[in-house]
Amino acid sequence: MGHGLTSVLLVALGGALGGMGRFAVSNLLARYLGKAFPWGTLAVNASGAFLAGWLLGSLGIASAPSSVWLFTVGGVLGGYTTVSSFSLQTIELWQGGQQLRAGINVGTTLLLGLVMVTLGWLLSGASLSGATL
Amino acid sequence: MSAWKAYLAVGVGSGVGSALRYGVSLLSQAALGGYFPWGTLIVNVLGSCLIGWLAATLSRSPHSQLARFQPLLVAGFCGGFTTFSLFSLETLHLVQLDRPGIALVYIVVSLPLWLGAAVMGERMALFR
Repeated sequence: MGHGLTSVLLVALGGALGGMGRFAVSNLLARYLGKAFPWGTLAVNASGAFLAGWLLGSLGIASAPSSVWLFTVGGVLGGYTTVSSFSLQTIELWQGGQQLRAGINVGTTLLLGLVMVTLGWLLSGASLSGATL
Repeated sequence: MSAWKAYLAVGVGSGVGSALRYGVSLLSQAALGGYFPWGTLIVNVLGSCLIGWLAATLSRSPHSQLARFQPLLVAGFCGGFTTFSLFSLETLHLVQLDRPGIALVYIVVSLPLWLGAAVMGERMALFR
């Protein structure tokens, strides 16, 4: 179980750092761009998706995840990005009569997430021919 | 709450949430297999439900004991437990594995479940 415990601790440590990073980015963007739109959550999710794609291309997918993968992807990026805040902020916009902003938040988040993860993967230098696309 | 205390609380909550997310992903892979990213879907739905419940409960009683733990529970635990980067990554990976249909199903199923869970969490807090 020693190996299993190390994995859990790597994810937890990365998740703690990622969560504090998300908190910092959210606070910073809320201060400069205001709270009318959840800019902070959008920014962490888009940048986190980019980094995840980049790491996928750089590290590759192994049958058993490496320590580096667990710490960076499972921990730091998993903790840095969030779905719970996205869900809450979207329904709060909707319930507050801001249906358009809620819709824009959903569309932008999904679109940016998919574009950024693909972009990160492409920019990592992963060869297109090597993938089964 | 001073700034560094809030950061510490968010870090602890996010670390615990991330470890638990990892546990759910291992369990779901063992129980349900790796064909569909069940683990991430489960944590994102549960986390959305919990944040909806917490937000409604905290707005109803902003001076309760629970309110002191808001950074730990909301930005910390819920934020670390759920993940958007893995959702994006798994969608891309499904496309790379030549399963674009499953990728589309994953997106189309996830979104209403996330938002529906947050609404349900709110209602659980307000109508008890």
